[in-house]
Amino acid sequence: MPWDRNQMAARAAQELEDGMYVNLGIGIPTLVANYVGDKDITLQSENGMLGMGPFPFEGEEDPDLINAGKQTITELSRTAYFDSATSFAMIRGGKIAAAVLGAMEVDEEGDLANWMIPGVLVKGMGGAMDLVAGVGRVIVVMDHTNKHGKSKLLKKCTLPLTGKKVVNRIITNLGVLDVVEGGLKIVEIAEGVTEYDIRAATEANIVN
Amino acid sequence: MKKIYANASDALDGVLSDGMMIAAGGFGLCGIPELLLEAIKDSGAQDLTFASNNAGVDDFGIGILLQTKQVKKMISSYVGENAEFMRQYLAGELELEFNPQGTLAERMRAGGAGIPGFYTKTGVGTVIAEGKEHKDFNGETYILEEGIFADLAIVKAWKADDTGNLIFRKTARNFNVPAATCGKVCIAEVEEIVPRGSMDPDAIHLPGIYVHRIIQGDHEKRIEQRTTRKKEDA
Repeated sequence: MPWDRNQMAARAAQELEDGMYVNLGIGIPTLVANYVGDKDITLQSENGMLGMGPFPFEGEEDPDLINAGKQTITELSRTAYFDSATSFAMIRGGKIAAAVLGAMEVDEEGDLANWMIPGVLVKGMGGAMDLVAGVGRVIVVMDHTNKHGKSKLLKKCTLPLTGKKVVNRIITNLGVLDVVEGGLKIVEIAEGVTEYDIRAATEANIVN
Repeated sequence: MKKIYANASDALDGVLSDGMMIAAGGFGLCGIPELLLEAIKDSGAQDLTFASNNAGVDDFGIGILLQTKQVKKMISSYVGENAEFMRQYLAGELELEFNPQGTLAERMRAGGAGIPGFYTKTGVGTVIAEGKEHKDFNGETYILEEGIFADLAIVKAWKADDTGNLIFRKTARNFNVPAATCGKVCIAEVEEIVPRGSMDPDAIHLPGIYVHRIIQGDHEKRIEQRTTRKKEDA
């Protein structure tokens, strides 16, 4: 059985180490926060907050307190607020240890496309280009194939790039792959999935 | 010099004109200068360029100026919440310059700090880098981005004193600080004007030197994505 959304998020949470400052993207990456356990992780929200708390209880929403997905959230005892220039200074300055992001395509060189489909989806890159260029480690969490069954792990990205040679690790519903010299390397296979399944679902070169 | 004005229209009087570039604070609908945007709509000013992270939604924020076709160009990082924006953009009625969010924030900060350009790794190897100067530092490639020098900045803060010292609240600070600094003139709308000396000088987020005009008003503070959890989940 391939991993479901929550299992992928739980696997991504294993990547985070005690003491890390981390930025989580929208979608499955947001779920990673549910699986960090006892680890002391500080979440950054790039609209100007370190120490992001959970969603508020009904009736306690504060319009002045939102995350980068524009959702209402809460603060913690450790929370600090700052302006957008300061927020991206810490991202660009390499102070954020890791970003967990979704993607449309990743290729064997670590190129990432996750912001635009020409003529179809033109919403903007938000903070994604800054994050992938600046943080210590970029972890992509996404399904291995798209809704048409085509691989999302390509030899070469076809969509406009978010960043070039930026992805370190890819966690999909089938397993975990690292971007290494010459292609992608399988580092873990989801329970009930075979190496053959991963190879069959991957267009990118897989190195041993 | 008196900085406090009676309302948003009065504060815009003499500083708003057709074709100008306006830097606006806010992230999504959080911390946007909603009263000043409403007054700009009422003024009928045309051909405006906005440097603003987002474009509001159809009926709130900068969206209201798109409805009236007062905006010529947007410099933004994300405009996904606005259907009218998409329509005008795809129809070729609106110019759009996408900037990565951190690049936009730094362009404003740089402009306000008298820095005409800076190099960043953000966007190298993407469409953002096309046509921009590339330069290597210590073996890594960077691109040149330019500071934003806006004709006018409009921002929203929580509290001000009559000298323009500002305090923001929680994540509503966002782009308001860099936007405020990069305008030749900056107008701040606040929820409360407090007596001089009642704010801790150590807690001022933006010193009044950057703020030329202040108005106080009631804010709707609309929530874009109301997301909650149930008590029993806690």
